[in-house]
Amino acid sequence: MHLTLKVWRQKNNDSEGRFETYELDGISSDMSFLEMFDVLNEKLIAENKEPVAFDHDCREGICGMCSMYINGRPHGPLQGVATCQLHMRSFNDGDTIVVEPWRAVAFPVIKDLVVSRTAFDRIVASGGFVSVNTGNAQDANSLPVPKEAADHAFMAAACIGCGACVAACKNSSAMLFVSAKISQLALLPQGQAERKIRAEKMVAQMDTEGFGACTNTGACSAECPKEISMENIARMNREYLGAKLTSSAV
Amino acid sequence: MATSSRLNAKIPEGPLQDKWTKYRSSVPLVNPSNKRRLEVIVVGTGLAGASAAATLAELGYKVKAFCFQDSPRRAHSIAAQGGINAAKNYQNDGDSIYRLFYDTVKGGDYRSREANVYRLAEVSGSIIDQCVAQGVPFAREYGGLLSNRSFGGVQVQRTFYAAGQTGQQLLLGAYSALERQVGMGTVQMYTRHEMLDVVVIDGKCQGVIVRNLVTGEIERHAGHAVLLCSGGYGNVFYLSTNAMGCNVTAAWKAHKRGAFFGNPCFTQIHPTCIPVSSEHQSKLTLMSESLRNDGRIWVPKKKDDTRNPSQILEEERDYYLERRYPAFGNLVPRDIASRAAKERCDAGYGVGPSKMAVYLDYSSAIERYGRAEANKNNIHSPTDEQVRALGKAVVKEKYGNLFDMYKQITGEDPYEVPMRIYPAVHYTMGGLWVDYNLMTTVPGLYALGEANFSDHGANRLGASALMQGLADGYFVIPYTIGSYLANEIRTGAIATSHPAFEKTEQEVKDRIEKLLTINGHTSPEQFHRRLGHIMWNKCGMARNEQGLREAIEEIRTLRQEFWQDVRVMGTANEYNPELDKASRVADFLELGELMCLDALDRNESCGGHFREEYQTEEGEALRDDENYMYVSAWEYHNDSQWELHKEDLEYDNIKIAQRSYK
Repeated sequence: MHLTLKVWRQKNNDSEGRFETYELDGISSDMSFLEMFDVLNEKLIAENKEPVAFDHDCREGICGMCSMYINGRPHGPLQGVATCQLHMRSFNDGDTIVVEPWRAVAFPVIKDLVVSRTAFDRIVASGGFVSVNTGNAQDANSLPVPKEAADHAFMAAACIGCGACVAACKNSSAMLFVSAKISQLALLPQGQAERKIRAEKMVAQMDTEGFGACTNTGACSAECPKEISMENIARMNREYLGAKLTSSAV
Repeated sequence: MATSSRLNAKIPEGPLQDKWTKYRSSVPLVNPSNKRRLEVIVVGTGLAGASAAATLAELGYKVKAFCFQDSPRRAHSIAAQGGINAAKNYQNDGDSIYRLFYDTVKGGDYRSREANVYRLAEVSGSIIDQCVAQGVPFAREYGGLLSNRSFGGVQVQRTFYAAGQTGQQLLLGAYSALERQVGMGTVQMYTRHEMLDVVVIDGKCQGVIVRNLVTGEIERHAGHAVLLCSGGYGNVFYLSTNAMGCNVTAAWKAHKRGAFFGNPCFTQIHPTCIPVSSEHQSKLTLMSESLRNDGRIWVPKKKDDTRNPSQILEEERDYYLERRYPAFGNLVPRDIASRAAKERCDAGYGVGPSKMAVYLDYSSAIERYGRAEANKNNIHSPTDEQVRALGKAVVKEKYGNLFDMYKQITGEDPYEVPMRIYPAVHYTMGGLWVDYNLMTTVPGLYALGEANFSDHGANRLGASALMQGLADGYFVIPYTIGSYLANEIRTGAIATSHPAFEKTEQEVKDRIEKLLTINGHTSPEQFHRRLGHIMWNKCGMARNEQGLREAIEEIRTLRQEFWQDVRVMGTANEYNPELDKASRVADFLELGELMCLDALDRNESCGGHFREEYQTEEGEALRDDENYMYVSAWEYHNDSQWELHKEDLEYDNIKIAQRSYK
């Protein structure tokens, strides 16, 4: 396969970025998208040019590190697939492929295609947990959880925190990410004690980080590599509203 | 044989069953006001690191945690699929702490420490309790109680799971506990930071040198104890199921500062991975061992049979694991399943374009589940199509994400055609030598999880890595660290202006400078690939003396070439993944040699270490308990110069036997 790549290059967050064009030959359709980038980088190094920085780690679609905005879509053309699981058989010989970083105020560019997503960590730190110190727990089977609740909680918990939802959203909203965690814990009996305060704190932190508002367009869920459902956003709104109406905070 | 005087495992006295309970009740404590003044550094935030950092902070210690990823949630524990073992006996099928202990020691081919493994089995139940309390959504039955499944090398159902994403769910649990402490200000979290050396002052580990990967700044951090939770070194083989960033650097730097390296040659080759498809392949993907619960492994009975698998009749198939190991069938331990696959492929029975693959077939499971579902739903004489549809739905619920992943990578639909699989490097049982307290041979320096050598002997059983990582972090280190830190309360704050910090930092900077100024022709990636090639061919699934001797020479030559010809682009003062990579590859180039040296020393076959010279007539591993029932602990002296220390293994509670799964 022959490809033309237009890749966003940016030295760091303080400098301006631009697209660079690269021609690549000999790409096999069995390669993953990131392996195609490995080939590009090896070629650049051989030409004494600086390789493209991009985030990646597990390359099996679970760590959430990879984050390429490919031809106008986070993680590229396929549904329910992270960049690292995208293979070149999804493209055609002669294609031009445009690759950009996630673009959001709350995700500053570190270099080229690499952005900082520590805003997500801070949102989790604000309330995305059950406050249970090690050793406090009772026997695991002393708390039956209806299978349906456990299954729904699991589906929400499958979020890999990659940030594609933010990148997909025209408002750079983080609602899908935040709602997945709020939902997981709201659905389980273990999460009940802190249910209200969790919703309040996580939403407040989300706003502080500079993520935009949600207008229920659904691009987030459509582009999510784990297909996290919009239901979670509805649930989060309900949780948040309920919490605010009966809030003890002044 | 006698244990080297340099190795004291500090195993408590008394009967096996009482050791941990008694020790836990008598280990020195640090009072709360002193804990606030003691700093603990945690390197790595996988299951071991995140659980340790969170728990130590809950106890009141001041904790600093470091990870090279952009978030602690991305550590490679996240990718563990199948499950976590615990001796809960919820299935009433005869499980017990002793049985988990026994299975683990036997599974490890009698090369692990009894006391450590027993403790692991003892705390296993508490791990499940803790994770459930955190909101980890384990799979459940309709009655609301936890579900279990089987894993290799075991005849009870003790594996807890969350679809094929158990590692993810457990890590997110530990991560949320960690972030909770970050939010409370008790843990300072440093993401995109890589540890590049440990600082030893007066024989004690008192800090680390790290590089801020975003700015390139070299930083000093002091601590009264340093915990390395930095994972395994499977990436020395280049192709493995590890994440691209997994590396040995933290453990290796510690080794070069005096921490002995235990059993470096014990690596686990996992039997069910997606085969290599092209020379550009950057990593291999595991298909969870849980698939062997229901999948059947086979190759054609005829050599070089290139027919489509659906055209090969039942009687023309060789279900070689069921044939060779009727008692355990497809659920034999990993080392045995891997070698059996290699044996068939080497003999010319392999399938697929490369002929280096075997089939993992779900058709009979789909049929079986389909019939059961039809019965359940009162569908009498269902059509084949109905059976398949019902069966596929059951398989999808159990293994859906794994099947999707297979399809994504290979472009084939595993519901319709059998998966092709082949063994791949997955886990390293070896690691830094630690005593019962998880302390290395450097006082104040600990190793937890896959980074240490302690619990899995020569072969790890499936679903035991998650158990060990969380056991070490949640339930072992919080107690054992007291025995050291209780004596550190008078140390006071450690100044990073100490000459040892200055010297170590300068050495780190010099090395970076050296890497950047060689300006050779070959990328770090190319060196890594070449190293991996040597390791896989000569120190992989089968090893022999001649190959190992050659490998050592080849690695030395390659290392020399690296330091003359590597090309590292970019500068030291910026985000520079090429520099990170070069630095990691340089360490792998040293580790590879030690692994071969260790494999050469061990003139026996055990677990994942298979020396071709030492096998039974049936091709099974032939141990030599007389001469090799020891842990190899290697002390670093200089380039290519190591001294071997031996820790004798004693088995008072288990009768040693040839491992049989027939």
